[in-house]
Amino acid sequence: MNIDLLTLKRFVIAITVALVICGPAESAFAGPPSLADVIDSVQPKIVKIYGAGGFRRLEAYQSGFLISSKGHVLTTWSYVLDTDYIVVVLNDGRKFQAELLGADPRLEIAVLKLDEADDTPFFDLAEAVPLRNGSRVLAFSNMYSVATGNEPASVVHGLVSAKTTLDARSGMFETPYRGPVYVLDAMTNNPGAGGGALTDHKGRLAGLLGKELKNGLNNTWLNFSIPISEIEQSVEDIRAGKFQSSTSDPDAEPVPDPLTLDALGLVMVPDVLSRTPPFVDRILPDTPAQRVGLRPDDLILFLDNRMIQSYKDLSQELSMIDRATPIRITVMRGRELKEVELTTTP
Amino acid sequence: MIRIVLSTAICVTMLGASVAPLLAEIPPAVLKAEQERITAIEKAKAPSISVFAKGGRGGGSGVVISPDGYALTNFHVAKPAGDYMQCSMPDGELYDAVIVGIDPTGDVALIKLFGRDDFPTAEMANSNDVRAGDWCFAIGNPFLLATDFQPTVTWGIVSGVHRYQYPAGTLLEYADCIQTDASINPGNSGGPLFNAKGQLIGINGRGSFEKRGRVNVGVGYAISINQIKHFLGYLKSGRIVDHATMGATVSTDDVTGAVLVTNILDSSDAYRRGLRYNDEIVSFGNRPIATVNGFKNVLGIFPKGWRVPLTYRREGKRYDIMVRLTGVHSPEELLKKIQKAPTPPDPGKKPGDKPEDEEKKPKIPRIPLPMRGATPGAKPMPKHVAAMFEARSGYSNYHFNKMNRNRVWKAFLDASNAKDGFGKQTGPWTLEGEFTEGGTVAIRLEDESATATISGAQHVADLTQDLDNQLAPRGSGGLLTALALWRRMLTVGPEKFGEVYYLGKGPMLGREELVDVLIGTYDVVEVRFFFSPETGQLVGMEFWSETSDRDPCEIYFDQYKDVDGQNLPGRMKVFFGDDAYGVILLDKVAIGAKAGT
Repeated sequence: MNIDLLTLKRFVIAITVALVICGPAESAFAGPPSLADVIDSVQPKIVKIYGAGGFRRLEAYQSGFLISSKGHVLTTWSYVLDTDYIVVVLNDGRKFQAELLGADPRLEIAVLKLDEADDTPFFDLAEAVPLRNGSRVLAFSNMYSVATGNEPASVVHGLVSAKTTLDARSGMFETPYRGPVYVLDAMTNNPGAGGGALTDHKGRLAGLLGKELKNGLNNTWLNFSIPISEIEQSVEDIRAGKFQSSTSDPDAEPVPDPLTLDALGLVMVPDVLSRTPPFVDRILPDTPAQRVGLRPDDLILFLDNRMIQSYKDLSQELSMIDRATPIRITVMRGRELKEVELTTTP
Repeated sequence: MIRIVLSTAICVTMLGASVAPLLAEIPPAVLKAEQERITAIEKAKAPSISVFAKGGRGGGSGVVISPDGYALTNFHVAKPAGDYMQCSMPDGELYDAVIVGIDPTGDVALIKLFGRDDFPTAEMANSNDVRAGDWCFAIGNPFLLATDFQPTVTWGIVSGVHRYQYPAGTLLEYADCIQTDASINPGNSGGPLFNAKGQLIGINGRGSFEKRGRVNVGVGYAISINQIKHFLGYLKSGRIVDHATMGATVSTDDVTGAVLVTNILDSSDAYRRGLRYNDEIVSFGNRPIATVNGFKNVLGIFPKGWRVPLTYRREGKRYDIMVRLTGVHSPEELLKKIQKAPTPPDPGKKPGDKPEDEEKKPKIPRIPLPMRGATPGAKPMPKHVAAMFEARSGYSNYHFNKMNRNRVWKAFLDASNAKDGFGKQTGPWTLEGEFTEGGTVAIRLEDESATATISGAQHVADLTQDLDNQLAPRGSGGLLTALALWRRMLTVGPEKFGEVYYLGKGPMLGREELVDVLIGTYDVVEVRFFFSPETGQLVGMEFWSETSDRDPCEIYFDQYKDVDGQNLPGRMKVFFGDDAYGVILLDKVAIGAKAGT
């Protein structure tokens, strides 16, 4: 009896399948697009990014993807972007100069804007999809700089092994990002892969590929991606100019009695380059800087919400803040972010 | 206790109840896909081999491509193994194998397995049809695990196609290769990459390892099977096969993005065909060229000496030419390079060890070979293998060259209906007929001279002089000397002509299928003879002065007809450089016996 039912069921399935295959509306049931077709549809949104580096095992390239038709690119925030000459190459081989619009060091993301780019294909962050454990994924990146010019980026496939929180701590996973990640069984944590796109198997955006991240304890590399939902707001803020650097804000004006490095107790590494990174050289005793525990070698990233990219940025930013105003400074200490409040009025 | 038993019973019952409907609910498409995968792997596994070097000197993988046992692997697997190796197959047998031909630049080696004439073979696909996202799988011997003769299967997708990976010096260049995320580990070297149907699309040989030690990082590269198809006919010749250059370099224009010629040797064929500095390369090898890598990809898939179509643009005008590619290396250079080819890293290192000192070493951009602890000691070659091996400078295995040279010559004599050769016809040969450029032709070929009356004009070639100066008639590139050498080859045969070797199967202008090529050197000149593999007949020849920076005289023979019981050509088309010299329609051919015999 049981067997008969089963046979019957199979028979019905077989007939249904036969009907679907032979039916007149065959094209409507043509089945899902092949992985190759999905990849072809995603590739135009993937970009190759070239910038600073090229020595001491620091690759001068990384990956990114377009997030607007006006040439906004989302990527990972790294030393590669620490130059005035960021070059972005689109999938079709077109080459653009890019401006660093802003970055969020807490998420290690950055948004670039391509000069005079129009009508670029893009991922709409609002349409990004959440993934579950076991979701099939594709990872797009220019790892190892395999592709140049109009050659398409590399694609690897895999599954979400775990949706978890990055357990970052000193000596293990040294990264300022502490939040939800997709851990992948695909090899994505390769040189230059950071900033690439993670999609589901239909090519819908799901995450940003993380930077190279090694577990210092066992010398293994973590293949991970940050869900778009974690970074969407920050990207919006950057695009709205919230993290804009002071130099690019036309409305900012100097104040009569501004803050100074001296008043804060900061002695910076001398300004000798066109873009000297704002590293703390010394802390003067008995000053606000000393009281909040700033240290030599701290790298200043933010002053309030303004991105600070150089010594000049820092001086200019301070010149626009009144001496009496309390400020918030974000610094990078080793691989960790520290945020402190300073005020010169006791 | 009772409760435990009870709950177990309930579990079993529940399982029993749930299993059947669960099975029934697997969509037929999934079951079908699963079955297709199983079928593909079964089909692909059978011809896959695990290579073990004699005396435990490492090993790798490979794949059989013909029933008589020809198999492909990497040069960097075959090189440390030496001339003789052992290969296991999934049927549980261990086969002896001998080296045949090597392509050190492309990292390919052809070996031959012994003991069967019915080996399972891999079906070759057209690797130009492969797309990023296609399912693919590698079969091989990673970490030399196949001691039970069962290879390892790793499944993945194609991550990119037409990839260019820079060589180490001038060796081990991976041009136009297939990138995959299927796991490629030490020991996978030389093994096959298959598409989802189990058809061969490439030979795995390299990965991007750099900062990640010696194990798979999801970036493996396979030499495309289409490239290997181009080289296969040469590899069977037992030679050390070289890759090609065009005698020109190109780079991308910063503003327009066009690929422009930045340097060109005036001794190159491309220069003689008209290509100049700053010309824009539009297409090469029938592929549009948009990047320098794209150009190098095409260059990398052709052997030295092939003629490849090239289109360039100058001042808005298009030019289509056929370019003869020259070798990357001189023969001596190639030999030296091979001897110094990068050797595998420290065998004591285990995968996963810190690559801390790798930065200091020269980069070896290929999969390192796994090694066993056994002491390297050369086992003597077994007798049946030794019978198929002959060492000679410039060859990986001269035995195969001689064998093919003899095969081609025998087929030619059969086709000529001259089983014993033309050895008795050493008198004057006379060829008379019409010349398409006007008038008649009368040619007389003897041992020491060749003379001709063409359209009323007299021409002489003195064969006692340096032959590279005997280029009469003007504009033919040396038709008379070429024909005299044709007569010499026919009458004395390849053994006595000078040094004659089998180049392999290569292209001939105007023919779609590849032809067998014999190259003979005599005096200071070189002659190439082209034979149809189908009929065995001589279909063309080229006469080169040794330096080869001058165009050859090309003669194409057809309309063979009976002359005193033997078959001789009835028509000769003669070309020199870009120009056709003319066509000679022979109506009277006499190949004289030596006077007095």
